[in-house]
Formats: sequence, C-alpha cells, structure tokens
Amino acid sequence: MTEVADRITGLVGALRAHGVRIGTGESVDAARAVEALGLTDRELLREGLAATLLHGPGQRAVFDPVFDLYFPRAVGGLEGSGPDRDALRDRLAEALAADDQAMMARLAAEAVDGMGGYGSSPGSDGFSAYQTLERLRPQTLLARVRADVRGRDGGGADFADRLLDDEIRRRIEAFRRMVGTEARRRVAERRGRDEIARRGVLPTADRVDFLFAGRDQLAELRRAVQPLARKLATRLAARRRRAARGTVDLRRTLRSSLSTGGVPMRPVLRRRRPVRPELVLLCDVSGSVSGFSDFTMLLVQALHDQFSKVRVFAFVNRLDEVTGLLGHGRADPDGLSARIRAEATLTGWHGSSDYGVALGEFAERYVDAVGPRTTVFVLGDARTNMSDPNLAAVREVARRARRVYWLNPEPRAQWGTGDSAAPAYADLAEMHECRTARQLGALIARLLPV
Amino acid sequence: MYITPRPGGLGRNHVTESVNKRLDRRPDTVPDPPEAPLFTSVDDVSARLAETGYLASPAVATTVFLAGRLGKPLLVEGPAGVGKTELAKAVAQVAGARLVRLQCYEGVDESRALYEWNHAKQLLRISAGRDESWDETRTDIFSEEFLLPRPLLTAIRGDEPTVLLIDETDKADVEMEGLLLEVLSDFQITVPELGTVTATRRPFVVLTSNAGRELSEALRRRCLFLHIGFPEEELERRIVRLKVPGLGAALTESVVRVVGALRAMDLRKAPSVAETVDWAHTLLALGADTLDETVVRDSLGVILKHQDDIQKAAAKLDLDAL
Ligand SMILES: Nc1ncnc2c1ncn2[C@@H]1O[C@H](COP(=O)(O)OP(=O)(O)O)[C@@H](O)[C@H]1O
Ligand SMILES: [Mg+2]
Repeated sequence: MTEVADRITGLVGALRAHGVRIGTGESVDAARAVEALGLTDRELLREGLAATLLHGPGQRAVFDPVFDLYFPRAVGGLEGSGPDRDALRDRLAEALAADDQAMMARLAAEAVDGMGGYGSSPGSDGFSAYQTLERLRPQTLLARVRADVRGRDGGGADFADRLLDDEIRRRIEAFRRMVGTEARRRVAERRGRDEIARRGVLPTADRVDFLFAGRDQLAELRRAVQPLARKLATRLAARRRRAARGTVDLRRTLRSSLSTGGVPMRPVLRRRRPVRPELVLLCDVSGSVSGFSDFTMLLVQALHDQFSKVRVFAFVNRLDEVTGLLGHGRADPDGLSARIRAEATLTGWHGSSDYGVALGEFAERYVDAVGPRTTVFVLGDARTNMSDPNLAAVREVARRARRVYWLNPEPRAQWGTGDSAAPAYADLAEMHECRTARQLGALIARLLPV
Repeated sequence: MYITPRPGGLGRNHVTESVNKRLDRRPDTVPDPPEAPLFTSVDDVSARLAETGYLASPAVATTVFLAGRLGKPLLVEGPAGVGKTELAKAVAQVAGARLVRLQCYEGVDESRALYEWNHAKQLLRISAGRDESWDETRTDIFSEEFLLPRPLLTAIRGDEPTVLLIDETDKADVEMEGLLLEVLSDFQITVPELGTVTATRRPFVVLTSNAGRELSEALRRRCLFLHIGFPEEELERRIVRLKVPGLGAALTESVVRVVGALRAMDLRKAPSVAETVDWAHTLLALGADTLDETVVRDSLGVILKHQDDIQKAAAKLDLDAL
C-alpha cells in the first residue's frame, strides 16, 4: 500500500499546486476510499478520489489529467507493430464510426508510440501530442466516418442524421484529448511525474491568462460567467449585510429601551439606506485585449441586479455606448464582440486603439453618466500607440466619480514598457493587474461597492 | 435517540428518563455508524438502485458507496432535472430507510428545520392547569409533548435507518448553513428547555444544490462531493427505455441524439433528463414513429422553456421558420 500512498501524496501535491485546496482530512478520506474501492477498477478509483478530494465542479478539469498521470492506464510503450499510418487511420475511422471509446484510447496509445516520439532515436527526448496529431490528422477522417455510419444505418432518412457531423466532430475532439493524455503520460515516465503534473497540465480556465487564451478557452470562460456571477453575488450580499449591520443607532436604541425601564437591552442597529451603487464600465475592445473586455462585460451584465444602474462603453479609438447591446435576452455571449464591432462606432481613421481620443470623447459626451455614486472601471492595457494619453480627461472623470479603478490585463512588470501609459494612468486611478478570471473575480468581490 | 438533560435546565428528569427507558439505551451509549454496511460493493449499489428505477452512472454509484462506507454526508450538485432528488429517494428505498426531507427555500429557518414549540397547545395547557404552580406548568409545557420536531430533529431522533435529504440547499440563506454544519458535525441538537438530543444512529445524509448560490467551503468540506451532469448517451437511452418502454428503439436513439445536440448549443436552459423523458412521453402520445421536421418543431416546446432558445435551436437544426 505504501506505493499507493505515495501516489496519493503526489496527486494531492499536484492538485494543490493547481490551486485546489485540500486539507489533511480529505487526504485521509482519499486513502480510505482507495481501501474501500480497491485498485482493480481505475474508473471507480478516479471517481472515488474525485469525490473525496474535490469540492466543486470547476476542479474536475484539472483533476482528470493529473489523475491520468498518477494512475496511468498502462505503463511503458507498446510492443511490436511499427507505425503504419494508413492502417492506423483505417482502424481509427472504424472506431470513430462505432463510437468505440476503448478502441479509440488504444489507438491513441499506438499513435503516440509510433508517431509522437522525437529525439535522436524516436522518443529519446520525449513524446509530442502535437506531432502525433499532425501526422495522423484525425480531423480529415470526417467524410469517411460519415459515409461509414450512413452505410451502416442504411441511408440518412432520420431527422437525427443532420446531427451526425457535429457528433463525429465531438468524437474526434475526444480522441485528440486522449492523445494529449497519452503523450503526457509517456513524457511523465521519462521526466518525472510530479513535474509534468504541475507544468504539463493546462490550468483551469479561470487561471488562464486573458491575453493568451485560445478560442476554446475563451468559450469555456464565457460559460463560466454565470457561475462566477452567482458566486460574486453571494459574496456581495454578505458584504452588504455586514455593512448594513454596521453601526448602532443610539436614538432608536434608547427609544426601544423604554420597555425595559430605560435600560438599553438590545442595541438597535442602523439600517443603511438601500441605495444600490451605479457602475460605469469603459472597455478597450481592440484585438489584443478583447477577450478580457468581453468576459468582464458579460460578468458585469450578469451582475446587473447588484446595481441601480450600469452603463457600458466600448472603445478602440472612438467610444460608443453599448449598454443596449448587453441587454437582457440579447446577451448571446459568443456573438457579443462581433455585435459590438458591427453596431457601435468604435474606430475612426485607423484600427488601433487610442486611449487619449477615446477617453476624451467620454469626458466630453458622456460625463453626465458619472456622479458621486458612480464607480468607474476602465478595462485595458493602457497601450496608447504612442499618442497623447489625455490625462486631463481621466482626471475629470476621477473628480466627479466616487471611485475610478483601472483593471489592466498585462503583467505588472510590463506596465510602462514600450507604449504603455500605465504608470501615468495609475497615478490618477487605482490600477490593478487583472490577468485571469480568477483574479478578476477576486478583484470584483473586493472592489465593487455594495 | 438519547436525551441528555440540560444541567440546571428546565428538563424534567422523568421526561428524559422515560424516553431513555423506552429506548432502552444507556446514558453512555456513543453513537456509532450503522452495524451492517449499507452496500457491499459499487456494483451492489448500481444493481439495487436499478431495481427501484434509478440508473446510476459509475460516478454516482461509486460516491454513494463511499458515502455509506465513510459515513460522510453526500453533497450532490448539478443542473435541475438530472436526478439529484430522485437519487436520495432511491437510496432510501433500497436501504429500507425512511426518508426525511428538508426542502430548503429562501427564508427557511430553525423553526422550520429543527423544531418549534407548539404555542397553541402550550396556551391551552396553561389555561387548563389554573390550580397548579407556575413552576409545574412551565416544566410541563416545555416537555416532549409540546415539541414540534422538524426534519433535522426528526432525522436525528429516529432509531430506524434514515435517509436525510436536505434538498436544494442553495436556496436557503447563508445563515442556514451554519446550522446545517453544526448538525452534520455532531449529529446532535440542543433544545435549551429540554436537553441535548444525540443521534443513536446516524442518518445517511444527502444534500442537493443547483449551484444557484455558492455553498460555503466549510460545508463542502464536511461532505463527499458528487457532480451529476447530463448523462452519457448510453445511460440516457437506458433511462428513456426504462421510463418510456413503449417508445421504439430507433426513436429512443434519435431523441437522445437531438437532446445531446441541443445541449451543445449554449442555450439559456439546456434540456435535462427530466425534459428528455417528457419529450419521449410526448412523442409516444403523439404516435410518432420517426422524428421529422414537423414532429420536432411541434414538440420543441416540451424540451425548451424559453422562446429565444426555441428560436435558436430551430435555426441551428434547420427547421423551417417557426
Ligand atoms: N439516473 C436516473 N435514473 C432514472 N431516472 C432519472 C435519472 N436521472 C433523472 N431521472 C428522471 O428525471 C426526473 C427528474 O429528477 P429529479 O431528481 O427531480 O431532478 P433534480 O432533483 O436533479 O432536479 C426524475 O423524475 C426521473 O424520472
Ligand atoms: Mg430536485
């Protein structure tokens, strides 16, 4: 059992390194779970460890690949059969048509073994999922698999047949993930499991850098907006309650003490006026930071009932109000940025961002949006493309607003390098580094007025 | 159940004594987990749940098995209609246990969850016993007879095997979590006027949540965590076959495929297992034997609840304009 204990320890360590909070109690439960379940069925083990170690659904995306490293499906490479690409593709097409997942997993192992190795002799330096998939090109099997399935079912008369392409795409996607898992496993055998588990496993979507997130990750992030918003709403409500509890209302305490002969038995707490704050968002939606802005806009929209008023402005080098585009029923998250670009006037002569002009336009045309109850958030990397940052406009907004915060998706170390006017803006508005959804959530929970 | 009289409290000794005698328990009995394990193996869980009409995924069966073995509460999270409540009911049924359910809602409080004094009855008793001293009356009206136990107390007091279902925990206010945490830590409840009630037999606890609100870390840590998402196709086909046996195999397969496609569409509310089953019932009632555009278009309202979802799905499924 000690070998198993070591693995659990390693697994727990790797999960912690990914930000999953696991106490000793959970580790003990995990060990008991392994004892109760035995080691014969790997999938039961997976579920048992997940049930004891995890506390929320978001952690599962990190857990599974890490589990695959510590409790691999197999050890070592495969025997015999050299890499015959065409034969492998034939068998893969068959497995995809039959949706035979066990076979797909086996083929993923064969593919990585035969095509994924690199170095002076194959595999001497490591295994690459990318190389495997480039050589195997499973996505090009779509037409063949489709024909295969249709031939099998006899024609495509059924309505559900029009779903087939998407279904096959999902199977191919699943196969690609299997290849990724297998390549990580093989590399881990060579270079040490602990290191790969910490570095080779993609971080959870909420820890991905906005500036480097791929399309899939951005899509996943958008799906995370609602849960994150609910979580934040809970926290804001708690903060609001705390704030409301606040101070003792002396007058009312004394009045209510009349019934106890003037002895103040129960302090009466002052109720805060139930006025919700107003929020204004100024978002740079130019290419480089649009992922960040989109996400934040959706998040604020999802939180709209926390505020008495929310207004959202987007800019590149011109600025326009987009509050209406975020309205209820219209917030199709995938199409948001396209709609903003299509329906709002955001660019003038050229397509790159100009903070000075855009902020100036805000101060000129919309300054009435900002009053003593308004908190303003500016979202952007503060890269002005060498034009005038127009500090006067920011100063004017800051003077009128309750608070101005600036959320910058660039690492702090890069502020002020090249054409970044971050330090100058940071003098006028409290600037925070905000690189990931996790950071954004924490900042919002802390900075939003309640 | 064992009632410890509250020292210096109002608990009249003969009440607790008689209760303890009736239950034939020693004051020093320590609550211990149920004698015979609930399930012998994960397969045993699956097989017995299936007999009651609940088809468990491997994840569900494994976690239920572990909850029994480790004696920990089970927190089941997932979208509406994936069988969270049903699971608790099924577990109660196969364990031959009574099901005690605390349905949470906004504003549920101690008097709904723990116990309440029956004030009306107390008043009657007070006015009936005019000749008694106040001390006697007071002792009497704060006794068992005037107590209205609510689900948490009921579940802890029982001597028989019990499944305690705390349903839709996310709907309760945050304050309620503190109370739950206390009860789930010690399995005892103190009634100040009466004493402390300790479970002699710990209930099998299932908490459910639709994640409408993030539950506190402390509560999560007390529990085994199980996320039930939408089932794999194969499992969903089996559920449809079980619930709507009259529907043909080909149609069952198509239904599950279309629902799967809808779930991939990023709708405001993705259809759940409950909707799949409803749709299957509808198709059976309509006498459809294959899916075609008209049938899908006419019955889409059974699976999708929002008008804009219906429109989006119709567009993506290439249905003619609605
Ligand atoms: N695994 C399953 N086996 C059998 N029926 C299921 C299963 N999952 C869901 N159902 C069906 O879905 C319906 C809704 O389940 P329910 O427990 O009310 O959902 P939830 O509590 O998650 O909202 C049930 O009535 C049941 O018919
Ligand atoms: Mg339910």
